[in-house]
Amino acid sequence: MSHRYGDRLALDGVPLSVAEGEIFALVGPNGGGKSTLFRLLSTLAPLQSGNASVLGFDLRGEAMAIRRHIGVAFQAASLDRKLTVRENLRHQGRLYGLSGRMLAGRVDEVLARLGVVDRAGDLVETLSGGLKRRVELAKALLHRPRLLLLDEPSTALDPAARADVWRYLTEVRRDEGVTVALTTHLLDEADKADRIAILDRGRLVALDTPDSLKATVGGDSITIETTDASRLAADITERFSLPTQVLDGNVRLEQADGHQWIARLVEAFPGRVSAIRVGKPTLEDVFIDRCGRRFGDDEAPAVQTEARRK
Amino acid sequence: MATAYDTTNSTIAPRPMLAAWTLCERELVRFFRQRQRVFGAIAQPIIFWVLFGAGLGGTFRLDATTSDTAATGGPTFREYFFPGTLALILLFTAIFATISIIEDRREGFLQSVLVAPLPRWAMVLGKILGGTLIALVQGLIFLVLALTLQIELTAAAIAASVGVMFLVAWALTSLGFVLAWRLDSTQGFHAVMSVLLMPMWLLSGAFFPTPTGEGVVERGVALLMTVNPLTYGVAALRRVLVADAAALPADLPSLAVSLGVTILFAAVMFAIACRMAGRRTTGDYL
Repeated sequence: MSHRYGDRLALDGVPLSVAEGEIFALVGPNGGGKSTLFRLLSTLAPLQSGNASVLGFDLRGEAMAIRRHIGVAFQAASLDRKLTVRENLRHQGRLYGLSGRMLAGRVDEVLARLGVVDRAGDLVETLSGGLKRRVELAKALLHRPRLLLLDEPSTALDPAARADVWRYLTEVRRDEGVTVALTTHLLDEADKADRIAILDRGRLVALDTPDSLKATVGGDSITIETTDASRLAADITERFSLPTQVLDGNVRLEQADGHQWIARLVEAFPGRVSAIRVGKPTLEDVFIDRCGRRFGDDEAPAVQTEARRK
Repeated sequence: MATAYDTTNSTIAPRPMLAAWTLCERELVRFFRQRQRVFGAIAQPIIFWVLFGAGLGGTFRLDATTSDTAATGGPTFREYFFPGTLALILLFTAIFATISIIEDRREGFLQSVLVAPLPRWAMVLGKILGGTLIALVQGLIFLVLALTLQIELTAAAIAASVGVMFLVAWALTSLGFVLAWRLDSTQGFHAVMSVLLMPMWLLSGAFFPTPTGEGVVERGVALLMTVNPLTYGVAALRRVLVADAAALPADLPSLAVSLGVTILFAAVMFAIACRMAGRRTTGDYL
């Protein structure tokens, strides 16, 4: 499917499918197209070109059927801050056709499930960000959707609250058998998903389990800090016949047995290596590998071993 | 987790009227939980009514409809202005109720309603019914206050006025919805308020009767008042609230015409609101 906003092509032919019961993460830098994809899947935006189906329903003609079976939590808060937690959930339930005892029972259930029973009578505006997000999740789960669509569910949360969100997501997936598809701009978060799709500039650049993706990066990732990166990169390529990249003024290459290359490279270019480090490949490396640039500055690559020499 | 409630999707189906009702209830709860809104929408019209009634009372003279009104002097300005004040309360309340659609959009609440399995008219109906009921309650508060202020109202007049207030409030809330739907800031709405809604109220016969002069301005104003749909809403309120036929302006539209135009106004505005909201546009994204 593809999608345009005026002249700007936000999604450019993205083929992907999400399997039932998995936690699927759409990851990519801001402006990469994941929010657009989210809007399409949640039926908020009409499909312009291409074909897609959600839970077996055609996105083009059966939006109403899809809406009954998906639970959506947008990036922006959707709770009415002037109402209590319980009131918010009650209204949400009625929008999906729940009423009476069934509604009351289901509200109690999701309150318990997300651990917010003791705050049920509080106005939403008095809750912390983490609690609000949990109520958003409760709201999305209320009508027992088969698919949960979450846009940036842990944005603007502190690490503890973020871990909470993931714990609850894992639980509802296990207990209610719900499929979870979420977007994130954090690679370490995508790492927790069963499968991920990396979107960049409207294109699908990777689609697999995090481990398989990392395995596609040729071994360890080696980063060399130096004063003249492009010359060093050229020299390395010439001397060892290795493919290299220049990124942020550093030379980067991927090799199996990275630790052996540290010694080899430092000896081969005395004085030109100011720092060198080697790490197991991360999703960041996958992104660099596929897109030729860094993912974003809010992501520090996990470094396993580090060697420095003047 | 064991569940005693079977809520699988085979047993629950979306119910648009239930959804409309729950959205309407939300409007009412929100409004009456914010006391300053209750007070704000009703205080200003009452102050207008008292102050203008005092200030203009001495100079106001309704053109004689029959020879004996000239003899009795016709209604005081305070009496004349009473239905107009009621219309102003309905206008303010209806408008403030629909401004909330802008807040709903900005705060993200609207987005979650838009992806619920509902026809959009259910959302429009909930919003407009909520605003209408709020306006009706405010209007009734004003009527009760008026009973203490030496205005004579019969039970029948109050009953009939409830019906007319509902229609006028429905039309104004729908109008407010149409104006607010595409706006993304409440500041924009204040501009609409002062260039469109206040003049519409001023030219509805609420504040002064249709001028009869032959001047260009007088005739222009008279024309605007004739085509202004709110004129007929105010006329209907005036007809049901004022028992004494001698206290009515000579050219006041009949009750049948007033009600007919008001019902049409309400229906057309509601239809436009549903039509506008029915389209999925980029304005739906946050």
